[in-house]
Amino acid sequence: MFKFKVVAAALAGAASAWLAPSAIAQSGKMSDGVVKIGVQTDLSGIYSDLAGQGSVLAAKMAAEDFGGKVNGVPIEVIAGDTQNKPDVASNMARRWFDEDKVDMIVDLPGSAAALAAVKVAKEKNRIAMVSSGGTTRLTNEDCTDRTVHWAYDTYALANGTARAVTQQGGDTWFFITPDYAFGHSMEKDAGEAIKAAGGKVLGSVRHPFPGSDFSTFLLQAQSSGAKVIGLANAASDMMTTIKQANEFGISPKQRLASMIVMITDIHAMGLKTAQGLLSTDGFYWDLNDETRAWSKRFFERHKRMPTMIQAGVYSATLHYLKSIKAAGTDEAGAVMAKIKATPVNDFFAKNGKVRADGRMVHDMLLTQVKSPAESKYPWDYYKVLKVIPGDQAYMPVSKSVCPLNKK
Amino acid sequence: MFEWLGISQQALFGQLLVGLINGAFYATLSLGLAVIFGLLNIVNFAHGAQYMMGAFVAWMGLNYLGIDYWWSLILAPLAVGLVGILLELTLLRRLYKLDHLYGLLLTFGLALIIEGGFRQAYGISGERYDIPEALNGAFNLGFMFLPKYRGWVVTASLIVCLLTWLVIERTKLGAYLRAGTENPKLLQAFGVNVPIMVTLTYGLGAALAAFGGVLAAPIFQVNAVMGSNILIVVFAVVVIGGLGSIIGSIVTGIALGLIEGLTKVFYPEGSSVVIFVIMAIVLIVRPAGLFGKEK
Repeated sequence: MFKFKVVAAALAGAASAWLAPSAIAQSGKMSDGVVKIGVQTDLSGIYSDLAGQGSVLAAKMAAEDFGGKVNGVPIEVIAGDTQNKPDVASNMARRWFDEDKVDMIVDLPGSAAALAAVKVAKEKNRIAMVSSGGTTRLTNEDCTDRTVHWAYDTYALANGTARAVTQQGGDTWFFITPDYAFGHSMEKDAGEAIKAAGGKVLGSVRHPFPGSDFSTFLLQAQSSGAKVIGLANAASDMMTTIKQANEFGISPKQRLASMIVMITDIHAMGLKTAQGLLSTDGFYWDLNDETRAWSKRFFERHKRMPTMIQAGVYSATLHYLKSIKAAGTDEAGAVMAKIKATPVNDFFAKNGKVRADGRMVHDMLLTQVKSPAESKYPWDYYKVLKVIPGDQAYMPVSKSVCPLNKK
Repeated sequence: MFEWLGISQQALFGQLLVGLINGAFYATLSLGLAVIFGLLNIVNFAHGAQYMMGAFVAWMGLNYLGIDYWWSLILAPLAVGLVGILLELTLLRRLYKLDHLYGLLLTFGLALIIEGGFRQAYGISGERYDIPEALNGAFNLGFMFLPKYRGWVVTASLIVCLLTWLVIERTKLGAYLRAGTENPKLLQAFGVNVPIMVTLTYGLGAALAAFGGVLAAPIFQVNAVMGSNILIVVFAVVVIGGLGSIIGSIVTGIALGLIEGLTKVFYPEGSSVVIFVIMAIVLIVRPAGLFGKEK
């Protein structure tokens, strides 16, 4: 019996090796004769600098670096503008999966749009790799076995910054929070981390979103006497708050800690305004030789250094293509098994792993913005104060409510 | 004295001052809209884009040509005013005989095109513009730090508002302008070149918006959508003040800045809505606005 099995296995192995190239292409293991990657992004709105065309380029670079082909079929990258609207995102995903033969969607800025698109991906048995959208719901109550959450989430950012700053002695906080779901959850996550580290939240103020003038809120933060002013707002609201904090002489007396900062925000604000700002980032282009090499290639084509989101799109796309190759098929279930089984090792993540709930756990960086004098060359913006190990940065499995973790 | 409100007297004065600063700013912006509507009957939705262009012209002047803030305060309004004159001559002029709605649609479309162009060229994060050297720092007023630049914004805004009001209400040129809105044919019969007057008025309105943009550049990030964020508030100011009323938009702008400032203290979540609540109430009680004349 044993002998028979060995012979059969050897025969099967020989047959598949002999048949391999043509058999894979013809047997339907690679559906539609193409691997199509759809970059759903924001091409015109508030996230178009931190994701946008840069994300599209990152996905294209991943396809090119992989050789343009996987398992004998070509790789194609297409892009679409969701305007960060859930209805646009889900309709686009549906059309892409049904008619345009898209196998995987990537990027997905705006948490609401991301949540809408991952549902469609699950329904159509395709893979969604979220790099832009930040909500932890993607790997908690709304997790699916076809979603991967790549670059960061609100928990990792708020937790990383709040804990580190509190431990460094910034133990009293006042929050300036935009009055919508993202801001509330940022403030809540950060507040818990502050309390856990022995600090105290003295108060908070919720401003309308989007805001224009923040001086009123800054004066309140000032009179609270808190050592740290936590900014739970993002993009242009956050930039205006920081600018006006300088104007009113609030920083640097009280430290500013921002829950979400992209390197493009720092570039737009300038170091004179942003200097000293503390935040957590998933990626910094100037971290080591590998990150520099890739980022310089990116810069040559995009004229800006990559954000963690754009680098994350590259890393996610490359991992997806590697997983197709390893699985020998583009069927979503088999590819997802490989995505979760294989550690992520590239310039973006070292020994990153994709958990059962879809969270890609990788090290995060606690950064401080340099002063103009400290910055020696263009885009030399951050001091990396600390590398936060992935298992400390992200929400532990025990806290996640995703049912996939229980299997 | 004010402790029962849950806020100290000092903090309250601080907030009122911030409200006054914002109010003066609203007044400058709504002034241009009021002038254009009052004299041309055009609802100028491109006002926000002209404000943004003012800020960008100042930024470009500084970064490409080395023109400093003070020259920009004069040159940027002139440049944007010229663009306004061109728009009036080539496009707006054709719409005077039609309903208000056409002017609104045209200027709205123009605003979208202009903003789209700037977004394409400069991205959504925008560019920074530093506070001029002379106005760095702050005065310590005891109850708050008043940044020198904010003090300058209030002063400059109030001077421009006052000048505009004087020109339109107290000079011969202003009298012609007002007569032109009442009865252009009769005025033309007296030998006044009404079309040129109208063109220049639109240019003046655009220049006022650009002036506001230069004032705003050091306070906010200079980006393509900075105008559309503020335009709706400014429209509310004009409607509450009475469409086309110069003094109405000045007084209302300042008053609403103060009210908004107080709302930010006591119920910040409502601060973006309070202006529109007031607008709704005013429209019910006095449909022509606080300073408007019923026709």
